[in-house]
Amino acid sequence: MAETKDHIKFVLNDEAISLSDFPSGLTLLDYIRLTKSLKGTKEGCAEGDCGACTVLVGRLTDEGISYETVNSCIRFMGSLNASHIVTVEHLKSEDGALHPVQQAMVSQHGSQCGFCTPGFVMSLYALWMTTPNPTNMQIERALQGNLCRCTGYEPIIKAAIEVSNSADPVHDKLNIERANMIKQLSAMRNDQRIEIHHMDDLVIIPKNVADLAHARGEYPNSTIVAGSTDVGLWVTKHMHDISPTIFINHLSELHQIDVQTDGVQIGACVSYTDMQSFISKHFPQMEAFWNRIGGEQVRNMGTVGGNIANGSPIGDTPPALIALGATVTLTSKDGRRTLPLKDFFIEYGKQDRAEGDFVESVYIPFIESDELFAVYKISKRRDEDISALCCAIKMTIENDVMTNVSIAFGGMAGTPMHAIKTEEMLEGKPWAIETIRNAKTGIDLDFSPLTDWRASKEYRALAAKNLLERFYIEMTDGLSASQLDREAICEAAQ
Amino acid sequence: MSNATKIQGGVHQTQKHDSAHKHVSGQAEYIDDINEPSGLLHAYLGLSEIANGKITSMDFSAVEAEDDVIGVLTAADIKGENDISPTGKKDDPVFAENIDFHGQPIFAVVAKTRDAARRAAKLAKIEYETASHVTDVADAIAQDYPLVTEPLTLQRGDAPKALEAAEYRINGQMRIGGQDHFYLEGHIAMAIPGEDDDVLVYSSTQHPSEVQHMVGHILDIPSHAITVNVRRMGGGFGGKETQSNLFAAVAALAAKKYNQAVKIRPDRDDDMIATGKRHDFLVDYDVGYENDGKITALDATFAARCGNSADLSGPVTDRALFHADNCYYFPDVTLKSKPYKTNTVSNTAFRGFGGPQGMLGGERVIEEIAYALGKDPLEIRKANFYGETSRNITPYHQEINDNIIGQIVEQLETSSDYQARRKAIIEFNKNKGIIRKGIALTPVKFGISFTATWYNQAGALVHIYNDGSIHLNHGGTEMGQGLNTKVAQVLADEFQVDLSRIKITATNTGKVPNTSATAASSGSDLNGMAAANAAHQIKERLIKFACETHNVTEDEIAFITNKVQIGNKKISFDEFVHSAYMARVQLSAAGFYKTPDIHWDREAGKGRPFYYFAYGASVSEVSIDTLTGEYQIDRADILHDVGKSLNPAIDIGQIEGGFVQGMGWLTTEELWWDDAGRLRTHAPSTYKIPLASDRPRIFNVSLADWSENREMTIRRSKAVGEPPFMLANSVLEALSMAVASERDYEICPRLDAPATPERVLLAVEKLKGG
Repeated sequence: MAETKDHIKFVLNDEAISLSDFPSGLTLLDYIRLTKSLKGTKEGCAEGDCGACTVLVGRLTDEGISYETVNSCIRFMGSLNASHIVTVEHLKSEDGALHPVQQAMVSQHGSQCGFCTPGFVMSLYALWMTTPNPTNMQIERALQGNLCRCTGYEPIIKAAIEVSNSADPVHDKLNIERANMIKQLSAMRNDQRIEIHHMDDLVIIPKNVADLAHARGEYPNSTIVAGSTDVGLWVTKHMHDISPTIFINHLSELHQIDVQTDGVQIGACVSYTDMQSFISKHFPQMEAFWNRIGGEQVRNMGTVGGNIANGSPIGDTPPALIALGATVTLTSKDGRRTLPLKDFFIEYGKQDRAEGDFVESVYIPFIESDELFAVYKISKRRDEDISALCCAIKMTIENDVMTNVSIAFGGMAGTPMHAIKTEEMLEGKPWAIETIRNAKTGIDLDFSPLTDWRASKEYRALAAKNLLERFYIEMTDGLSASQLDREAICEAAQ
Repeated sequence: MSNATKIQGGVHQTQKHDSAHKHVSGQAEYIDDINEPSGLLHAYLGLSEIANGKITSMDFSAVEAEDDVIGVLTAADIKGENDISPTGKKDDPVFAENIDFHGQPIFAVVAKTRDAARRAAKLAKIEYETASHVTDVADAIAQDYPLVTEPLTLQRGDAPKALEAAEYRINGQMRIGGQDHFYLEGHIAMAIPGEDDDVLVYSSTQHPSEVQHMVGHILDIPSHAITVNVRRMGGGFGGKETQSNLFAAVAALAAKKYNQAVKIRPDRDDDMIATGKRHDFLVDYDVGYENDGKITALDATFAARCGNSADLSGPVTDRALFHADNCYYFPDVTLKSKPYKTNTVSNTAFRGFGGPQGMLGGERVIEEIAYALGKDPLEIRKANFYGETSRNITPYHQEINDNIIGQIVEQLETSSDYQARRKAIIEFNKNKGIIRKGIALTPVKFGISFTATWYNQAGALVHIYNDGSIHLNHGGTEMGQGLNTKVAQVLADEFQVDLSRIKITATNTGKVPNTSATAASSGSDLNGMAAANAAHQIKERLIKFACETHNVTEDEIAFITNKVQIGNKKISFDEFVHSAYMARVQLSAAGFYKTPDIHWDREAGKGRPFYYFAYGASVSEVSIDTLTGEYQIDRADILHDVGKSLNPAIDIGQIEGGFVQGMGWLTTEELWWDDAGRLRTHAPSTYKIPLASDRPRIFNVSLADWSENREMTIRRSKAVGEPPFMLANSVLEALSMAVASERDYEICPRLDAPATPERVLLAVEKLKGG
């Protein structure tokens, strides 16, 4: 076997650090608070849902370096080789003056108890750097992953607006230092496998995808970690031992978005954020839905590959991908195989995955110009919530008749799956509200949903049926008559 | 010397939070951020895995076998009494031996790291004898569960007789959910042992004196041995009024046992599982009224899910009754509380302290009458408002003599363009589209004072050092509400010096003893007055000194803009203070205040429990989706009364924050227990508080700047912590109106809280079917 390195290298604020001898489950939050005594970053929930632990991670991309907010509480150190970690301590200037984002939060009275504040500051900082003049909707989206219990958010929104009017990010420290940082991080990239042993624990950072396949072969029971928005919780909530771990988020081969004639192939490590502009361009029907996956930090970390690989019945993307007829490619050291995504999910907690397999990519066929498509997510809270149910519908209308009907649901059964009976009841039938209403009974044949804390079985069934109706109304009357109009009111207020 | 004519940071001025610059830079220190003492140990709680029953055996061998584990604490380690009940009922053990709810603390592991303690706590083998359990208040009623504390009845006139005689009569039931505090900083305590019995406790608590008492109680040591220190909390909202006792007690117990500093910080899940929340209520009402909507009689019972012990359930359910009338006069009235025991964590204080639930029940009654008569609920509200000189006696026989609700509502009705918007909404809903709209204007009247009369006292400790700098300490605690800033502004105003001269110091039981909880919105009313009193004492001595040394009379002396005017001389404050020091004038004082004129006879249900009332009103407009029950708050307009504001920016922050928190309570925040009695919504992934994108799309908030407290409160201001929470009632009622459009507002939808998308959709369905 090739030689390996025993440490990772990264930059924390101004400090270049080489770190060895740490366990798989060491989180960035614990590292910065407990090891580095940087106490500005807070733990609010340890599950990536409150944003109090938000820091920036700068990672190398084809364009240079991209600074993104992440939840440090569920981000593992093993995923941070060749990264620039920026904490709230880095923002003040050397003379002690507050950063413009911090100053705006002070002057707008954006903090009360102050505990969530460093996290908000980091989210606002990232927004301001990438979108110096944001709309109200963009501000809200940037703050979806940050909870505040004191202010009611109004002054924080005002702070975001104030900083956009008062300062130019061009003069910001991170922008001035950008070229240097790219150089510094590029030198830290691993040209060979990194293996970190800590007592019985093993962290593997493979050199490339071929090396990943080998490592997976060597350790078939290893935990593959991409965005860690789910695996993070196995450690922080359930205290599971995840070693040996294989970190893959640095593998550029898995970050490819390969646009082909009839569809697109998405590498397993492409994050939701990476896909955002692509979704807007090629799948505009999914754009609003995409903005409701997790919060900003989770979209920056989480991957479509992971959303599939974890096999959850309530993952956001599988219903849409199944309805679109997506396929998934599984790879091992022995080769590749591709199967329809619908067949990957066998039952609750069980996927069609052989020993040594990993999800390498997913292929999504484009929506044809004559195809109708919509995806709906129903949750208790609109943003940053896990779906009570999720529904995607695709069909073609030919001569006022529905054909190629493809409907998939999440949250209605042990896996995301097609509504087969409902599809049958619609296929070849006239495109009319009566047909749709009649097909609602198909939902009861297809699913026996459960009651839990997200929704009762009655609500799940009723909402699922009504979503069929919503689809028809939306496609015939247009969005405005049938959906809550957030944006118009929001921007009118600005 | 500055020649400014006005000090910087006096009262009635917007002033930033004293810690704002530290909040934004991450330099504000919370307990988990304090530099750790060497050898610090960490404790972690072990929680019960059944909802009701007995422990038959406990085996900690696997726990103790872990490398970094130092030991395990159980009830047997408690030398004093295994009880932290705040009202002396002895029903609230630190470590339970009989299990009353799923997640009840049984033991604590002490280890070298928090991670080791947390992991090891899972290794204990506890065996139980399980009994059946009840989590829901309706089941508690059905099974005749006991009450955790004495119920209260408020009565005036003869409600049963008046109901019999009523022209119209409606009875119904309303379910009101509880609420988790979701302070961003969870519970935490760190105890450092000292010589003799001494122990220093850092606690994230709203009630340092009670933490002191409880630690003393557990360790069987006198209060003088215990010092409790609180610089700030990362949010409290009532959740740290009594619930901090557990963590402080365990930290102190471990610290004394192992003679090492010990810190305890539960993870978010355990914090939400093992500590109390807002009480859920089931309200039964029977109302009589006339055809103009005037209420003639009301008989209502407020049954509450109190959890396993009394905690503060007595005063919480009392306050629910005190607020069932809100702004309305009930000629004949009977209100009863039923504080039921349930096998759930003991519920506790939460912003409003039962008031919101009581008020919401009262507002449901108004809504019922409005729908029954086919009128705008606002019209019914106005018909029932308390009079200013007549029809102004509450169900607890207090005469209201500061009623300004008519003026507030009138101003808001105009500024929000309520009537035109309501008309437009009714027009919009006529199309019976998928999206429906609703609008509602609801008022708030909230009584200010602790109903436990002895709590209405406060102390402050003020030192002027001989360089002219000022040290401020008072008994209140800072949880984000800006109390320290306001009290410092009062002190700056008293001495007429810039705010920057005043150092705000951590609340400490060694500096100000026998303090009350920072609760009941009372913080600035009580502590502001106590600080002013301390300043008066020092000023009196300084004035006497100036008279003697400069041979002038008292009226020739004035404190003006960082200076002191003595006759026709102006001396800088520093110089003057230094000369007073040289002349051996005492420059330190302990201030004190007690609220005058209040009394309450609980047995008789009569008295003047409240010194005054704070008022406000809000208009909310919402849209709902009748296919899914999803909704959004399109706009909210608020007009709120804080008397003469001490600090308008901080007051507006309390109003906006209170509204959004109240909105969360009434919309997406749902507590859900499974059949095994486990709370399943115990982290932000499952328990959904509002996000930035949930706040009203348009949000207009104003202070009733013409208002002045009629009582002699600190600078004629009014308390602001809790009252704005109830402004969110208009959100629930607007959702209800949108639902009611389904049947042209002929049927009251009886929308319960929280109105999750599911409840909204099911309410629409019910109207469709019914």
